Amino acid sequence: MPETLDSLKVNPIDCTGHGVCAELLPELIWLDEWGYPVVDPRPVPPQLDREARRAVAACPALALKLMRR
Amino acid sequence: MTTTVNEPAARQAAALPRLLPAAPEDLRRHLARYGPMPYRGQAGLLIGDIETSGLAGRGGAAFPVYRKLAIVARARGRKVVVANGAESEPASRKDELLLRAAPNLVLDGLQLAAEATGATEAHLYTHYGPTPQLLRALAERAAAGLDMVDVTITQAPPRFLAGQESALVNHLGGGPALPTFQPPRVTERGLRGAPTLVQNVETLAHIALIARYGPRWFRAAGTSAEPGSMLTTVYSPDGKCRVIETEIGAPLNTLLSSGPETRAWLVGGYHGAWLPLPKAAALTLDNGTLKKYGAAAGAGVLAALPSDRCGLTETARIVSYLAAESAGQCGPCLNGLPRIAAGLAELAGPRPRRQVRADVERWAGLVEGRGACHHPDGTVRFVRSALTVFAPELSRHEKGQCSATNRRPFLPLPDGIPTSEDDWI
Repeated sequence: MPETLDSLKVNPIDCTGHGVCAELLPELIWLDEWGYPVVDPRPVPPQLDREARRAVAACPALALKLMRR
Repeated sequence: MTTTVNEPAARQAAALPRLLPAAPEDLRRHLARYGPMPYRGQAGLLIGDIETSGLAGRGGAAFPVYRKLAIVARARGRKVVVANGAESEPASRKDELLLRAAPNLVLDGLQLAAEATGATEAHLYTHYGPTPQLLRALAERAAAGLDMVDVTITQAPPRFLAGQESALVNHLGGGPALPTFQPPRVTERGLRGAPTLVQNVETLAHIALIARYGPRWFRAAGTSAEPGSMLTTVYSPDGKCRVIETEIGAPLNTLLSSGPETRAWLVGGYHGAWLPLPKAAALTLDNGTLKKYGAAAGAGVLAALPSDRCGLTETARIVSYLAAESAGQCGPCLNGLPRIAAGLAELAGPRPRRQVRADVERWAGLVEGRGACHHPDGTVRFVRSALTVFAPELSRHEKGQCSATNRRPFLPLPDGIPTSEDDWI
């Protein structure tokens, strides 16, 4: 069975604060008072794997990444 | 392979200062003092000695030097070494003095690092660029056939982050001196894609001595966890500034006064931390000890704030500089630092609004760990230490009082805070 050990990471230089990620994955991403994402640093739980990949694909700035820890 | 140690020279160099001669030395006197260039004849051979020596980077981050050397040595293809003397920390003067007093020690270390890693390109990146003195040192070395790799000197832009590794690599590559997101680290992919070793100039000077006298000699100074000596820039309460080479682990009160003329200590520069007196008076200058106080030795900037100054006013002034020095690339830093600076300016004045302190603390939490570089983290460390150490002063300000009797700025800042984007180039 596929096991995900990846965690979400934002490239803060590329991120322009669109906020799409927080809309798609509120379980792991929230927006700070300036509209920039704060990301849960822990590995993405398997039940959220699909949503996490969707959020990564939807980032207009290509700033959200899934990275092997 | 065993290293032949030049015994008389080693004995002479064992006492402090190790790095700083009394007056600047030309190549002939440099070689007479320290002995010939200790090339090892093959890439990689020096790295074991550096590992045994326990040398950590002297640019501020105290990263184990052998690890960066080993990563670049392992890589294939074109490789680059860079001596980093940007010294963009405004209060630090030690790299400038070292390059003036002992340029050949730094250049020895740069060549030895090139040999150890197999690099074929070498750079010296400094605040002042190619001074006549550095050019003369390079010319003397060329005439003596001492260097295996040509050295290019580049001037760093006068910005706080210009010495940050990835900013440095960008600048040498012809771009603005702005940090980039890592990974990849510059040791994996640096200048024009080549694995790049960036070491502070003082670190390279230590390498030049370890290569000559061996790791045991190096470890005779310092603590067992943090061996060796380090250069510090020390500000006494009368405003005088001296560069002092000291053993790591030296009692701070041998460098800084702790008497009634001193209000607090700043350790580690503007990304460092304030320490309370008299509570901190017995601490020693090593990260193992300072860590418990949320502080670190950093690049060795130490200051004794005189008791006639207000610590909040000093902090607010420095933080407004740090906010202006944000590269402005990362949202949290771009938005958070100016707000933190404005909050501190209010706290430094009479009767700040009640919620300001909580605002500053919340913003500090919001910027920490969220930049591509450590600028927000270092700034937050400095700010938090001020809110703790100067808490009694904060209460006075809330009542409209301030204990300062002298309003003149104490900690140094560059003349004219940069305002133009062009300054990055």
